[in-house]
Amino acid sequence: MIRDKKTLLILFGMPVMQILIFGFALTNEVKNSRILVADYAKDVASQQITARIEASRYFDVEKTILDHKQIESAFKEGKIKLALIFPERFNEDLLHQNKAQIQLIADASDPNIANTLTAYSSSIIQDYQNGLNTTYSPPYRIETEIRMLYNPQLKGAHSFVPGVMALVLMLVCVMMTAISIVREKETGTMEILLVSPFRPLLIIISKTVPYLFLSLINVISILLLSVFVLKLPVNGSVLLLFAESTLFIITCLSLGIFISIKSATQQAAMTVSLMGMLLPTIMFSGFMFPVENMPLPLQIISNIVPAKWFYIIAKSIMIKGLGITALWKETLILAGMGVFLLIISLKSFKIRLS
Amino acid sequence: MRTIKFLLQKEFRQILRNKTIRGMIFIMPVIQLIIIPLAADYEVKNINISVADHDHSSYTQKLISRITASGYFRLTGYTASFKEAFQQIEQDEADLILEIPAGFEKDLIRGNEQKLFIAINAINGVKASLGGAYLSTIIRNYNDEIRVALIQPSRYNNVPTIEIASANWFNPEMNYHVFMVPGILAILVTMVGGFLSALNIVKEKESGTIEQINVTPIRKHHFIIGKLIPFWILGNLIFTIGLVIAWLIYGIIPQGNLAVLYTCTSVYLLAILGFGLLISTFCDTQQQAMLIMFFFMMIFILMGGLYTTIDSMPAWAKVVSQFNPASYLIEAARMVILKGSRLRDVLPHIIKLSMFAIALNGWAIYNYKKTS
Amino acid sequence: MKIQTVDRELSIKTEKLSKRFGQFTAVNEITFDVHKGEIFGFLGANGAGKTTAMRMLCGLSTPTSGKAQIAGFDVYKHTEDIKRNIGYMSQKFSLYEDLTVLENIRFFGGIYGLSNQQLKTKSEQLITQLGIQQEAKKLVSSLPLGWKQKLSFSVAVLHEPEIVFLDEPTGGVDPVTRRQFWNLIYEASDRGITIFVTTHYMDEAEYCNRISIMVDGKIEALDTPANLKQRFNASSMDDVFYQLARGAQRTEG
Repeated sequence: MIRDKKTLLILFGMPVMQILIFGFALTNEVKNSRILVADYAKDVASQQITARIEASRYFDVEKTILDHKQIESAFKEGKIKLALIFPERFNEDLLHQNKAQIQLIADASDPNIANTLTAYSSSIIQDYQNGLNTTYSPPYRIETEIRMLYNPQLKGAHSFVPGVMALVLMLVCVMMTAISIVREKETGTMEILLVSPFRPLLIIISKTVPYLFLSLINVISILLLSVFVLKLPVNGSVLLLFAESTLFIITCLSLGIFISIKSATQQAAMTVSLMGMLLPTIMFSGFMFPVENMPLPLQIISNIVPAKWFYIIAKSIMIKGLGITALWKETLILAGMGVFLLIISLKSFKIRLS
Repeated sequence: MRTIKFLLQKEFRQILRNKTIRGMIFIMPVIQLIIIPLAADYEVKNINISVADHDHSSYTQKLISRITASGYFRLTGYTASFKEAFQQIEQDEADLILEIPAGFEKDLIRGNEQKLFIAINAINGVKASLGGAYLSTIIRNYNDEIRVALIQPSRYNNVPTIEIASANWFNPEMNYHVFMVPGILAILVTMVGGFLSALNIVKEKESGTIEQINVTPIRKHHFIIGKLIPFWILGNLIFTIGLVIAWLIYGIIPQGNLAVLYTCTSVYLLAILGFGLLISTFCDTQQQAMLIMFFFMMIFILMGGLYTTIDSMPAWAKVVSQFNPASYLIEAARMVILKGSRLRDVLPHIIKLSMFAIALNGWAIYNYKKTS
Repeated sequence: MKIQTVDRELSIKTEKLSKRFGQFTAVNEITFDVHKGEIFGFLGANGAGKTTAMRMLCGLSTPTSGKAQIAGFDVYKHTEDIKRNIGYMSQKFSLYEDLTVLENIRFFGGIYGLSNQQLKTKSEQLITQLGIQQEAKKLVSSLPLGWKQKLSFSVAVLHEPEIVFLDEPTGGVDPVTRRQFWNLIYEASDRGITIFVTTHYMDEAEYCNRISIMVDGKIEALDTPANLKQRFNASSMDDVFYQLARGAQRTEG
């Protein structure tokens, strides 16, 4: 394994690249959204509101007067995500009738973006309206003060770093271990090892230890990157994080061994690891898809995915700074899975031998 | 041409004889389209709220009932201390805390102004920003309600108000599945096309048959075309199965022209297959090809705008995503399926994808060395 | 396109042909000729550079220096013309295991440009010759190794090439099958096909018209088996080979 430079490069390079790309590029914050302002009024009020919207970093404003048909076209071309329409005589209505209307049309093909953009622009408009009213500030005002905990800039990195960690460990420990053992089976070198005086357990250990180290190095590199490059500090105990990572790695290695015993060819091992392990990890660990929104059967299935528990643990230690007292339950579940997998994989290894 | 005929015959036989591929043709679209939209439901609902109420007045009761009646929130904690509520956040039992200060009702009526504190667990950014926005809106509406109740109508009407009429086009029910399914169709063809083609030439390298091919007078581009066409047909077939599933299960019928949709997909398939074949020419083992493809898949999918919008990315990442063929298909599929965009709307996408297809396949042909 | 050489009686002509990988010289200035219709044995210990040399002659690998003409074509400029005129059977079995016997024959025949009529007659002929009528529609992966190798050879000469290159064609099969395999080789040779074969078996070396022995990338001896035995004062080819290979520096590679 160590000889294969290309594979080694991929195994070390991949997590680094992923952390950098996802850490910087992925953000759940909605900003720079292209919107259209169709101002039929062109008066003081409409221009002031437009100026405020332009000043917001959420929006990239294009000002053109378009009718409904043209707006629909603009949506279809994918040019804009939201259209804001001031009717004629906007200011006049506002001043004389005390009531004026603004129309917001959102491209709801992405419902979350639509909701967020509507909410943002509404609050800008509301602010403007409140500003008008300062002279006679409305009574009985309830102000809200919002504090974003843990991740005030809503960076994607906070949920992606622990997630990528779980994914990479899964990839290295399960898939690579399974494939490399199966390859020995395919080429026949496994037979040679098995007839040698080494005990079977020792053979398994010697096969998995390199991957254990590789995984730990991956954990270290991911953490270094996230602390120094992404400026995402580990709020909890680093030692605890390593202990938990090792626990997860051992669980994954056991899984890898189990798959390798059960599959005859590299391709089978690959398919099983990919379909049976990586996909569930991506889907059910909670780092990409919100588990709480899933239908109940899927939520129940998610509980048997080891990565889910590791993701919760890693996230809690790194971001929330929690200690073992808050995480003993998750740790116990993960440890239970590890022990269970280790036992069945060793058992099936012995069965194969006899 | 005759050479290509023989190559195609061979590839089709091999593909149809391969149990894994045969299974994949039907299982992949079903799994991806049934499970992923169910799992990837980012619709923000069921936000767990914990209220730290220091006031215990009728006003706070009314506010809480407004919050729970909105349908977005689920009251998972009602405590008298912020500390207890915060523990719920740490345990992931609550997503946000609403803290109501002592004397809220009394002071509001007497002093005309009161402040509520909201603390949100922002690890999940979408949930945090939307949850915050929803809660603020509910509080604002509640505020208006109180005003109307407390002030004489004549005075209240003197305040100029701007009414916001908002409309949601193309997906008025704001159904998240509708948004995800076209993107997943794009991912489906990406994964099937990418992995199959990436593993294909490497497999011939591993089994040694590539040597036998290399000593024949076969032309390099014939060989690559012979690989491309079967997977291209396979990709279109899987896309069709996906479309049918989308219609049967989610009732999603493309708003736009099917021919336009297939044009986008077909051109894209050429690009992604070319990419897979290119990787195949670089690798020596299937393990390597698998790993490299997996790495690019992650980037293609995550940076393709499927989950987080490209608009929000930093400038350099936007440049990177220009080189991500998947982002064009994800966008084009959404445009045609959901908005009914026409050929001229997606023409820029098709042109860029064609350039990818030409460049990647050209590179694959160049890089496939019959002589080392 | 075809370069006329002075002597078109030669199938292979090399002059100081070399291949280096970085510092390592796998093939060191080999010079030899192979006549048309000849069975030429190419011997050497593991790692002596046989396979590398053969790959250069087949146009699979570009030489670092030296000259070579295969079937009258230059190995640098006209690799694709060479490929049209040669057959090749590699060490590793390399027909498609997931295609049937007939499908393999059709495929390889087809890409060498055989007409449908030719394909039909050729495959019938080949199947009767090998006596595998029962297996014609079975997947190649289900055949025993000896049959696979005979099939590989037949496929390699399907398009009646001028030269066929065989890289250790009989590795791992029993003596009876080896004997049958050599009968196929003789038949091909009788049809005028030049045979270029590497082998480990010294009894096979005796079947060749001429043999060359490679040691550490160089050709140390080249003659008929009888002449070589005489020159080295040896009773068998085994002995000749042992005397030459003893001094080898490289053993694995």
